[in-house]
Amino acid sequence: MIQEPLWEVFIRSKQGLDHKHVGSLHAADAQMAIENARDVYTRRMEGISIWVVESKYIHSSNPDEAASFYDPANDKIYRHPTFYNIPDELKHM
Amino acid sequence: MQNDLFTYTLHLADNSLIMGHRLSVWTGHGPMLEQDIAITNIALDLIGQSRNFYQYAATITETDATEDSLAYLRDSRDFSNLLITEITNGDWAKTTMKLFLFSTWQFYFFQQLINSSDKQLAAIAEKSLKEVTYHVRWSGEWIIRLGDGTEESNKRIKAALEEVWPFTGEMFLPAEYEKSLLNNHVSVNVSDIKNDWNTKVINVLEEATLIFPGDKNTWMHTGGKDGIHTEHLGHILAAMQFLQRAYPGCEW
Repeated sequence: MIQEPLWEVFIRSKQGLDHKHVGSLHAADAQMAIENARDVYTRRMEGISIWVVESKYIHSSNPDEAASFYDPANDKIYRHPTFYNIPDELKHM
Repeated sequence: MQNDLFTYTLHLADNSLIMGHRLSVWTGHGPMLEQDIAITNIALDLIGQSRNFYQYAATITETDATEDSLAYLRDSRDFSNLLITEITNGDWAKTTMKLFLFSTWQFYFFQQLINSSDKQLAAIAEKSLKEVTYHVRWSGEWIIRLGDGTEESNKRIKAALEEVWPFTGEMFLPAEYEKSLLNNHVSVNVSDIKNDWNTKVINVLEEATLIFPGDKNTWMHTGGKDGIHTEHLGHILAAMQFLQRAYPGCEW
């Protein structure tokens, strides 16, 4: 049987502000992917908005490069805005 | 009047139950996982509709019928579902074709039933309409895909249309109990929704590169609404009712 392309599915929940990745599925085109996502991923009221993108269009960082990609940030705590003196008048910061 | 309302409500319940049961047979056999889930969802929607109608029917009869006894302990002559709901599933093309033609009918039917003077029927129609809107969309997509797809899929959907078409005429012929309920604005005048149904079906068939058969030269099967069924309903009931027949009152 012909294997249809793979799609990544993103759902925004009723309370959520952003679409979150929930999984993947097969479909012939975007229209069918959205309908399949509706049937597979929103049966239990998980969301009110669906995005799909064909998996081949997602490019990811290489896990082998994790050390050079992410480790250098480890000792740069000054990048967090915790070293500023906040005036007393400013609340809720 | 009360008796007609009971029969009419059963007719609507039987439509949804038999179609839902037929579709449920695809569970685990769909062409791919995603479509397997989709058709099972639709089957569940339909069985849910039938429960609403059966529960209501049970309240308007003087017998001690329940939703379960109405679904599981009546024989085929007492079922008044449309014949299109009981014919065999065939292949994916035939299943989606009969679902599309039936769901489109349900769509325009429930749109009218919302205005019924019977508040309970109107409420069930309103709830069901949302589900049916999706059923029409989903099955219509398949008609278009298969019709405008490969040579093989086109051949199959054409054969499906030819096979299912003679079961569509019955949907627009009112039974006696329907006619008598028209006076009190309880029932839907099914002959009135035929134009809308035709227009929608023509549009989808055109997009699917299929030819609208029309009903001039087609002999249409009838009888389902009055309990005269094809040979298939008995087989469905034998499978569906077996447990309650063999173990009366069985619960789990």
